[in-house]
Amino acid sequence: MATRQTQLLARTLLTPAVALLFVWMIVPLALTIYFSTLHYNLLDGDTQQFVGLENFRYFLTDPAFLASLQNTLVLVGSVLGLTILLGIPLALLLDQPVIGRSFVRLMVIAPFFVMPTVSALVWKNLLMHPVSGLFAWIAKSFGLTPIDWFNDAPLFAIILIVTWQWLPFATLILLTALQSLDEEQKEAAEMDGARALSTFVYITLPHLARPITVVILIETIFLLTVFAEIFVTTGGGPGLQTTNIAFLIYSQALIQYDIGSASAGGLVAVVIANIVAFFLVRIVGRNLEA
Amino acid sequence: MARMATNRRVAISTVGAWLAGFLIFFPILWMVLTSFKTELEAFAIPPSFLFFHWTTENYATVQERSDYIHHALNSIIIAGGSTLIALLIAIPAAWSMAFSPTKRTKDVLLWMLSTKMMPPVGVLVPIYLIWRDFGLLDSLTGLVIILCLGNLPIVIWMLFTYFKEIPKDILEAARMDGATIGRELIYVLTPMAIPGLASTLLLNLILAWNEAFWTLNLSTLNAAPLTVFIASYSSPEGLFWAKLSAASTLAIAPILVLGWFSQRQLVRGLTFGAVK
Repeated sequence: MATRQTQLLARTLLTPAVALLFVWMIVPLALTIYFSTLHYNLLDGDTQQFVGLENFRYFLTDPAFLASLQNTLVLVGSVLGLTILLGIPLALLLDQPVIGRSFVRLMVIAPFFVMPTVSALVWKNLLMHPVSGLFAWIAKSFGLTPIDWFNDAPLFAIILIVTWQWLPFATLILLTALQSLDEEQKEAAEMDGARALSTFVYITLPHLARPITVVILIETIFLLTVFAEIFVTTGGGPGLQTTNIAFLIYSQALIQYDIGSASAGGLVAVVIANIVAFFLVRIVGRNLEA
Repeated sequence: MARMATNRRVAISTVGAWLAGFLIFFPILWMVLTSFKTELEAFAIPPSFLFFHWTTENYATVQERSDYIHHALNSIIIAGGSTLIALLIAIPAAWSMAFSPTKRTKDVLLWMLSTKMMPPVGVLVPIYLIWRDFGLLDSLTGLVIILCLGNLPIVIWMLFTYFKEIPKDILEAARMDGATIGRELIYVLTPMAIPGLASTLLLNLILAWNEAFWTLNLSTLNAAPLTVFIASYSSPEGLFWAKLSAASTLAIAPILVLGWFSQRQLVRGLTFGAVK
């Protein structure tokens, strides 16, 4: 029923946002593609030379790439697995009649609001320090040898920190989904004599399938580019043990100033993220119609 | 009998939930406690949990050593500025898509969402070079621009899902009564949109406050917000745990409070309305 005038107005109001996002998406991406075909190192002055796909060959066959791809996959996979495996029981627990539930909720959600540099440094120094950290003290009180987290299991240490940051997110989403589950359906199942386990497997879990998918996709987008936690704790080391793709590209761009190779790496990261994004956009889009 | 079973169930789940909550919250609690210790006590084994000599000297040292207030102001300007500008651009856009949808609205929305999927590291090189050439490195303007663009899709999406819930009939009734679009906006739409606007504002303040990719890469000192200020504690210098804890507590306290207020909107905002 909208008049032509309001349609024109609507379009005018939408234009600035669309134009800005279009520029924001196209210009840097086009430049990245352009740079990725150049031999261009900021340390060599301003000499730029077209080298075709040479940078991609260099980046993709660099042993550092395979190592960092593996680290990225381990990091993303482990954090996803841990946040969901811990998030489901935690959400189920918080969905029970708990005295002081809103206070418990506040405690559980808190880590999500802590900036990455703070959580990484607090975990590294106060908790995981091999001599005076709290974990070392606990280990010693049980007569065990404290773990030197950042030397013996650096990637696992990063995984623990990132899991702590994202567990609240997974829990909160699963809890929100649980609370929208039809109570009557569960009660009916109980009346029919279903045991708690079968209620969980046949009613609760299928209901959680969608929120779990959403958690996986959204976390993946963010976890693919974990950066600050590595930057302030290990700097990618020891060796390449905690270098993920994001950190590898950063170090090629802003430590080695190799613009060409870093751009090629950037495009590889864009492709990986786009594969995930494709599925997420489809799921969200389906919801938009409903 | 049934009642007893229920009581027992409540007791068990209460104990379990409080224990889990305490464990998850513990690192933050431990950090706050450590910030009130002396450096020697912060490093001591076995650690003291409550019965130590409480002191606030670390907070004074943090300010002297690295000018906390300067960086806190930067954080406020960057997070506040980028969020407000994003809102100014997003409100008309979301309003337009929610109230005058066309055939392409859905595609536009999904396309906007897809811009958020671009990993920042994929465009680090060109952004760094452009920022360098325009003199935007280590400037507040530069960080406000990049965080504003980065969060714009989320702001538009959140506002859109809130605006869509405002019943259209009310707008039509106002139109029938002869209200102009300006009046419609001010007297009808705004009061109904304020809760949605507030939660969008809050969530984006939090995201911008904690953003630690662009801030670490595009600022060093002058424009450095708290994320970068804390990163300066990553190279150990003697005994520094109590100071690190004090600085960290100062950096997260304001946003933790805001975060607790906005937790109910968090799910909706971060899942683009896919889970409500």
